[in-house]
Amino acid sequence: MLRILNKIRQTGLITEDLPRDAVLEQVGEQLRAGIARQFQGSLAIRQVDAGSCNACELEIHALNNGYYDIERYGVHFVASPRHADVLLVTGPVSVHMETALLRTYEATPAPRLVIAAGDCAACGGEFGCSYASRGAVSNVIPVDAVIPGCPPTPLALMQGLLQVLEQA
Amino acid sequence: MSHFDWLSELLARYQDEHILVRRGAATVLAPAHLLEIDPEDWGRAAQVAAGYACRWAGVWAEQRDAELTVTAALARDGDHLLLRTQVPLSTPLLPSHTPYYPGADRMERHVQDMHGVVFSDHPDARRWSRHNRWAADSYPLRKEFAADSAPLPTAPEQDYPFVQTQGAGAYEIPVGPVHAGIIEPGHFRFQAVGEMVLNLEQRLGYVHKGIEKIAEGRDAQGLARLAGRVSGDSTVHHAWAACMAMERAAHLTVPPRAQALRAAYAERERIANHLGDIGAICNDVAFAFMWQQFARLRELWLRDNAACCGHRLLMDCIVPGGVARDLSPEQVARLRSAIDPLRRELATLYPILDDHPSLEDRLATTGVLSAEQAQRLGCLGYVGKASGQDADLRRDHPYAPYDRLHVHAPVFSSGDVEARMQVRMQEILDSLELLVVLLDTLPDGAVQVPWQAPAAGSEGLGLVEGWRGEILCHVRFGADGRIARYFPRDPSWFNWPALELLIHGNIVPDFPVCNKSVNGSYSGHDL
Repeated sequence: MLRILNKIRQTGLITEDLPRDAVLEQVGEQLRAGIARQFQGSLAIRQVDAGSCNACELEIHALNNGYYDIERYGVHFVASPRHADVLLVTGPVSVHMETALLRTYEATPAPRLVIAAGDCAACGGEFGCSYASRGAVSNVIPVDAVIPGCPPTPLALMQGLLQVLEQA
Repeated sequence: MSHFDWLSELLARYQDEHILVRRGAATVLAPAHLLEIDPEDWGRAAQVAAGYACRWAGVWAEQRDAELTVTAALARDGDHLLLRTQVPLSTPLLPSHTPYYPGADRMERHVQDMHGVVFSDHPDARRWSRHNRWAADSYPLRKEFAADSAPLPTAPEQDYPFVQTQGAGAYEIPVGPVHAGIIEPGHFRFQAVGEMVLNLEQRLGYVHKGIEKIAEGRDAQGLARLAGRVSGDSTVHHAWAACMAMERAAHLTVPPRAQALRAAYAERERIANHLGDIGAICNDVAFAFMWQQFARLRELWLRDNAACCGHRLLMDCIVPGGVARDLSPEQVARLRSAIDPLRRELATLYPILDDHPSLEDRLATTGVLSAEQAQRLGCLGYVGKASGQDADLRRDHPYAPYDRLHVHAPVFSSGDVEARMQVRMQEILDSLELLVVLLDTLPDGAVQVPWQAPAAGSEGLGLVEGWRGEILCHVRFGADGRIARYFPRDPSWFNWPALELLIHGNIVPDFPVCNKSVNGSYSGHDL
């Protein structure tokens, strides 16, 4: 136990401020205020992989590591669409995931936001449209915002999220 | 060890069994040995190989005019033997390998769904990759099937005949395809009594994106990009396997510096994924401290990737003919200087992993895969190594630059979640060792040779030891340097079925940690 406590003490607090960027700092403050105003200080995200290669999932996971610690903004990932304010969708919507994505969308209570994360979700990416994939998420459900990148970095995901909320 | 010293014995056994080898070729798909046999001998050839301790390593098909060419891979001692036969498109009947190799089950059903090959004595002819969105009598990888065909408006997977359980107290738990966490989609059907799992059946294929079909007609660079997205966590290894296959088809030799950089990227990918997995395994048994520590180490590691190689996950760093760009001496120095700090961190964390009682309580004896089960399924990578399967291509059949390195493969016998974590722990240390050598002895010179498209009909085989285990990849070129056929075989094909076995008798709440310890790729499997 002492070793664990020692390691925690040595590691210290690693959570970083976002890059010192006037626009972003402003957005960050507005985000906190926006989440407080629109979502009672807590924004719940349900992530749906609709056919991604799993790279986007790796980077979304990273949002929970100590460096990004997205929960500090009141953002957290939930297990059920019933609890979600936002659907964060990745992948070129494989035909086999189309129905599951539609049902997840329908199960999310309004008002809801849909964010398409990654190039595949934005425009079909490397996979495009074929017998097996529908391409952009907007071909299947209404999309409120797009975060490009292959995959988007954790920072890009955070910035994208902040901007979405500023517009919402 | 001389390569293929077992082949003459197998050929003698084939002769005893009156299996006619029409043509043998050691160069067409080197380093593998290719044997052409008659379709009626297809099943017995596998039966004899199974009796001779050969591992089954994959099957794929390709339409050539009015015939389907079917190729199966067998392996022993790091050498690969390819069996090949032709069946007419009008009556594509072939004996199955599944009766002798249970690991062949799903891949044969994939070939059945994608090409329409009928495996006559397959014990389970249910569809696998087809989810009723294309017709049962149309096959996406046949030439007449257009890549942009409109999917059928069929309702989803409601009529898939899952295995049923009956009896007092037995109940079913359907999970997925959308899971509770931030992971890929797939369906798991549990039968349980109380907390205990009686049976688990997987239904995969939800992220089928038609990778094999949309690969057709691409140029070499386009295929490398696609290969880098077969499974995002294995982007380096899949891209390497595809480029290796294309370069062998084109008889192109990659410069030594590019070889070394590829291996450095590959070992960095192995370390990054193992770091993430160890943390995630701990998180699945609520040891948040370890999860955060390993997530931190992984993040630092990925940042070095971004700073030195231009991409956190190293996507598109490997291209046909070499690597996309060179590293400056400063970048090499930065990668080199990250190694010792990581070792020091691990030196304080590993002892906690090794003897933390509540961790031990949850991981040891959980999700046991016996050596016999692993061997029968042909399990690869850390799943195989944790269950006594001593195989690693980098050591057994080294490809450049591993031919000048010493690779150690950690093997355990207990086959539980703890052993699968211990393999990863040791492999991180071993990979760091390899990285030191690779970076300290980085050859000078070019990092790319110009790509030269080979003649139509040229084919090549890529074989690399990915972080999940051996990746096998077949590429055949058509006219104008365009891809005619691409088949990447991810190790997950053999590790997913292991999860169905190792969960037996465990409690439902231990499924997440068992699943994470196997960590199959959905995307790499669904294609």
